[in-house]
Amino acid sequence: MIQEEMVVTAQTKIADGVFELRLSGRIATLVTEPGQFVHMRVPGESGMLSPVLRRPISICSVDPAHRELTLIYRVVGLGSQLLSNTCPGMKIDVFGPLGHGFPVDEVPAGGRALMIGGGVGVPPLYGLAEALTDRGIEVTHILGFRSDKDIFYEAQFAALGETVIFTDDGSHGRKGLVTDAIGEAAYDVAYACGPLPMLKAVQNVITEKPLFVSMEQRMGCGFGACLACAVHTTDAQDHKGYRRVCCDGPVFRAGEVELC
Amino acid sequence: MLEVHLPGLDLKNPVMPASGCFAFGKEYGTLYDLNQLGAITIKAATLHARFGNPTPRVAETPSGMLNAIGLQNPGAEQIISEELPYLAGYDVPVIANIAGSEMSDYVQTAEKMSASPVVRALELNISCPNVKHGGIQFGTVPEVAAELTAKVKAVSAKPVYVKLSPNVTDIVAMARAVEQAGADGLSMINTLLGMRIDLRTKRPVLANQTGGLSGPAIKPVAIRMIYEVSQKVNIPIIGMGGIQSADDVIEYFLAGASAVAVGTANFIDPLICPKIIHELPGKLNALGVSDINDLVGRSWKSWNRKNG
Repeated sequence: MIQEEMVVTAQTKIADGVFELRLSGRIATLVTEPGQFVHMRVPGESGMLSPVLRRPISICSVDPAHRELTLIYRVVGLGSQLLSNTCPGMKIDVFGPLGHGFPVDEVPAGGRALMIGGGVGVPPLYGLAEALTDRGIEVTHILGFRSDKDIFYEAQFAALGETVIFTDDGSHGRKGLVTDAIGEAAYDVAYACGPLPMLKAVQNVITEKPLFVSMEQRMGCGFGACLACAVHTTDAQDHKGYRRVCCDGPVFRAGEVELC
Repeated sequence: MLEVHLPGLDLKNPVMPASGCFAFGKEYGTLYDLNQLGAITIKAATLHARFGNPTPRVAETPSGMLNAIGLQNPGAEQIISEELPYLAGYDVPVIANIAGSEMSDYVQTAEKMSASPVVRALELNISCPNVKHGGIQFGTVPEVAAELTAKVKAVSAKPVYVKLSPNVTDIVAMARAVEQAGADGLSMINTLLGMRIDLRTKRPVLANQTGGLSGPAIKPVAIRMIYEVSQKVNIPIIGMGGIQSADDVIEYFLAGASAVAVGTANFIDPLICPKIIHELPGKLNALGVSDINDLVGRSWKSWNRKNG
């Protein structure tokens, strides 16, 4: 966990309002697990005040040999809009890597893993799929998007394993919800990242096998001090009664915390 | 040049993290040596553990942020047994912020926290805007604030700094009331009550609906209040609200503060406190100031009076 100025090496629009950002710096050599995130201070523009708080963005994939991080984010507000305006060569203040990611060792050797993603919850699953296939794990991806124009990384995921795409409107792949295909998949461990209703639905379907979910919360400090992102544990007898999404998570074993 | 001496607090420099922005130090301790800090104000302690408010608990605003954490903490006893031993390993005075919902639990919390050898002073939180009971009520009526201050002073083994709310019509009346009740110092200011509404959901962004506004946006309010209060009381003021540079620290001293706390800026730059501390001597030299204490209240103290 360090704070440094990372250099933008590429900024590419890959879907409607979705950008792939590559950053170069030492933080790329410090990532220990897929599913960790970075906390970015987005630069302002002349004539306006820059955003005060950092923006937590999950790491999509990492190339430590080339000291490069890949992030994928959707433009939803001022911070992400300003971030999308950054160009190669520009420097961005980045704090990270932060949080606990997906446990890749949960899948037995020679086993199979299922990844379920929705929207901008999809990116960290790509780094996870890379880490798992590196270990010889067979991966299946079920990825949901709103519409054809929102889809990204379909070919990249398909190169690593079977990939089923769902859209809400049926404009690409299958029409429906990611949960529709879980029963068709063979797997030992499942991982999910996406909007809360999706995580809840997945948790209701996958009850017999290990499932890990990555949560999203508004954050302040990003490393455990401010308690902005605290969520209740489901176990009322738990000694603390809560977990911090930023540093105890963002990935939790399903059932460890309340999805709310 | 930077040393400051306040009731109960011998500070090697006047810069400390503000309560609630620094937890109990462990997280920031992984990033830098906490011994660089002037002091540490730990997260508010209540008598019993509190989970706090539902999320979202924070929202960004222009030049600031709203928070409604809701005084989440593990309770006084667990703070003393689980959190303070870590800070005992540092040579930095600890200020324990205490909060409550009734006078009796403020008093019991003050008694417990002040008895810890690690704690050098209490910061009496009569101004948290984010809890349904207690907190801000104690900070808006001078007579109630004075009564609570007197009761806490009666049991506290350490000096008591009262943290004032800016959500009042007459901040001087509040300051005078707690000074007369025995406060050893003041902390100014807590957050300003605010709200943000989401255009899409048409509902307040924070689950608690309202929250406390902090960050650079509130600095002019704090400066004005410290300027007014410091001329009317004879106890020192720890200034806070939007500080993010050594220049800001100097401005607070000029207004009338004798030390400062850095809050929101810790989230923007986790290394901000040591950065400010390292910047300060150069900034003071550039102003021809050899002792930061000489700057206290210089915006209103007559130049002739000081030198004549």
